[in-house]
Amino acid sequence: MSVFIDQSTRLVVQGITGRDGSFHAKQMIEYGTKVVAGVTPGKGGQRFENTIPVFNTVAQAVHETHANTSVIYVPAAVAASAIFEAADSGIELIICITEGIPVLDMTRVLPFVHERGARLIGPNCPGLISPGKSKVGIIPGNICKPGKIGVVSRSGTLTYEIIHQLSTHGMGQSTCVGIGGDPLIGTNFIHCLAAFAADAETAAIVMIGEIGGTDEQRAAEFVKEKVKKPVVGFIAGQTAPPGRRMGHAGAIISGSSGTAADKMAALAKAGISVMKRPADVVPLLQERL
Amino acid sequence: MNLHEYQARDILRRHGIPVPPGEVATTPAEARAIAERFGGKVVVKAQVHAGGRGKAGGVKLAKSAAEAEAHAKAILGMTIKGLTVHKVLVAPAAEIATESYVGIIVDRTSQRPVLMVSPAGGIDIEEVAAKTPEKIHRLAVDPRYGLLPHQAVALGFALYSDVKQARAAADIMQKLYGVVYAVGASLAEINPLVTTADGTVQALDAKIGIDDNELERRPEIAALRDVSSEAPEEVAAREAGLTFIKLDGDVGCCVNGAGLAMATMDLVKYYGGQPANFLDIGGSSNPQKVVAALRIMTSDPRVKVILFNIFGGITRGDDVANGIVQATKEFPLKVPIVIRLTGTNEKEGIAILERAGFKALADMDEAVKQAVA
Repeated sequence: MSVFIDQSTRLVVQGITGRDGSFHAKQMIEYGTKVVAGVTPGKGGQRFENTIPVFNTVAQAVHETHANTSVIYVPAAVAASAIFEAADSGIELIICITEGIPVLDMTRVLPFVHERGARLIGPNCPGLISPGKSKVGIIPGNICKPGKIGVVSRSGTLTYEIIHQLSTHGMGQSTCVGIGGDPLIGTNFIHCLAAFAADAETAAIVMIGEIGGTDEQRAAEFVKEKVKKPVVGFIAGQTAPPGRRMGHAGAIISGSSGTAADKMAALAKAGISVMKRPADVVPLLQERL
Repeated sequence: MNLHEYQARDILRRHGIPVPPGEVATTPAEARAIAERFGGKVVVKAQVHAGGRGKAGGVKLAKSAAEAEAHAKAILGMTIKGLTVHKVLVAPAAEIATESYVGIIVDRTSQRPVLMVSPAGGIDIEEVAAKTPEKIHRLAVDPRYGLLPHQAVALGFALYSDVKQARAAADIMQKLYGVVYAVGASLAEINPLVTTADGTVQALDAKIGIDDNELERRPEIAALRDVSSEAPEEVAAREAGLTFIKLDGDVGCCVNGAGLAMATMDLVKYYGGQPANFLDIGGSSNPQKVVAALRIMTSDPRVKVILFNIFGGITRGDDVANGIVQATKEFPLKVPIVIRLTGTNEKEGIAILERAGFKALADMDEAVKQAVA
């Protein structure tokens, strides 16, 4: 078993003929993900790489190919609309890679997705990978190894750094999930921690947070009460100044809340081993396993 | 992006919220002319993106037009929290009976716009939240229905016992909620919302923060950006498609990805150094961005060493290497450069760097240690 995606994942790629969509669709196919359809309005009837059927709408793609998962690579201006469309077409799991969706759009998208019973991962995220099984998004497959560590992170390349540390020290991963760097996201730490806690293949969990908001603090409470597996955590942004957006729309210390120090203290208090730097991940996991 | 007070007041006024008069001056003479037109006492207020303007001497009461000119002369050009004042707002001094707070933020936990009101206005709302949290009333608004009239009126009564004033405040709250979605605000606050001697409810001061992701589809709001109020390096970076934030240290950091960029800064500190900046070259592969990044970092005389930390994913190692080599052909680096390069196309990138006489490291800790040594 793995978390959120596995061999039964049937993927539709929204924006499959675009620059990013086509590049990553090929990478996902090479990795072994079952890409069953693509969607680009106006290009219905074409075939991507001479094999994958392209449709005008997600509804058609679902009807014809029984896609159950969607990944979105469309530009920010139309990304909220793409999430609405996926949720409205019966897609169960929507992964939105696109960065730059206005947060007010997300205030309308999130209740809609919830009402349709779908799960959204992201936006502004690298997606997820279950090494050796399936990958949806942009996490480079070659740095991952199958194994027992679950990874959940608000970041992209910082996650690659941590995965790289794990893989080069023989610690494979069950699933790695990038939940996204925006202030309003569909799937948070707690959702992922709960999934990893229930996953028989996951022995320990690495959570990578950053400044801004209080999601990590609430996750720490959840770990204390509900998660029996060892958890190791990292918080990026100890040197970030208050009031400035550190690249990610959600990475901002507002007044005195959302600092790295607060989050690290909350993690430690909940029994999570807190890394001081990314290279601590392996020794801390070894201590706890 | 933050708007100036005068810009926020204009927006509120256009949406039908009662805002007392006020005009902007960029010279003392203009301030005097405005004060003469209003007659009587006026307030001269620095227009700068910083809180605590009053404490810093950026808000002054003038009894005459001549005094307004003198205050404007003192305030224009002064620096508040590192920012130079280029404009002042001149407004008639109001006779204030009460001061309240009304604000809307997009709340991350409830994932909704949250309206906050407090009868304790005129001061920093964070201070109220910390010292007297019971004085803040909150309501998470369902964006499908908007702020409903009865909800607004209930909050109006949290501010005023008089029904006319409560209704006036409710009307202002509903209009402010409209402003949020109309301009793409991540924050809109009226502080203080005042009642004057005759009982009218007015928005005396306003603050609006715009979600940067809204600017592309709202050119009229993007046009309100005041470049003179930002650090020149940050303006240059934004124009080059980079995210750059200037800090106080001397280790220039160039990283792909925001999380890794923060973690790199933190590691610089961990090994005893101080980062000079946050710089994310983003996920795209474009040597020109690297050239721009190096140009910005080398223009800061405090930068003693430049540290690259690249973990290739979408970003390709050869593109970054080409950018570094190209930059050194265009301008001298003057300071040592430490490069960590791994991930997509690392072999090609390292080969390009080595041909140009640079060394590349594979490990993040090693690179940071070398940079701060």
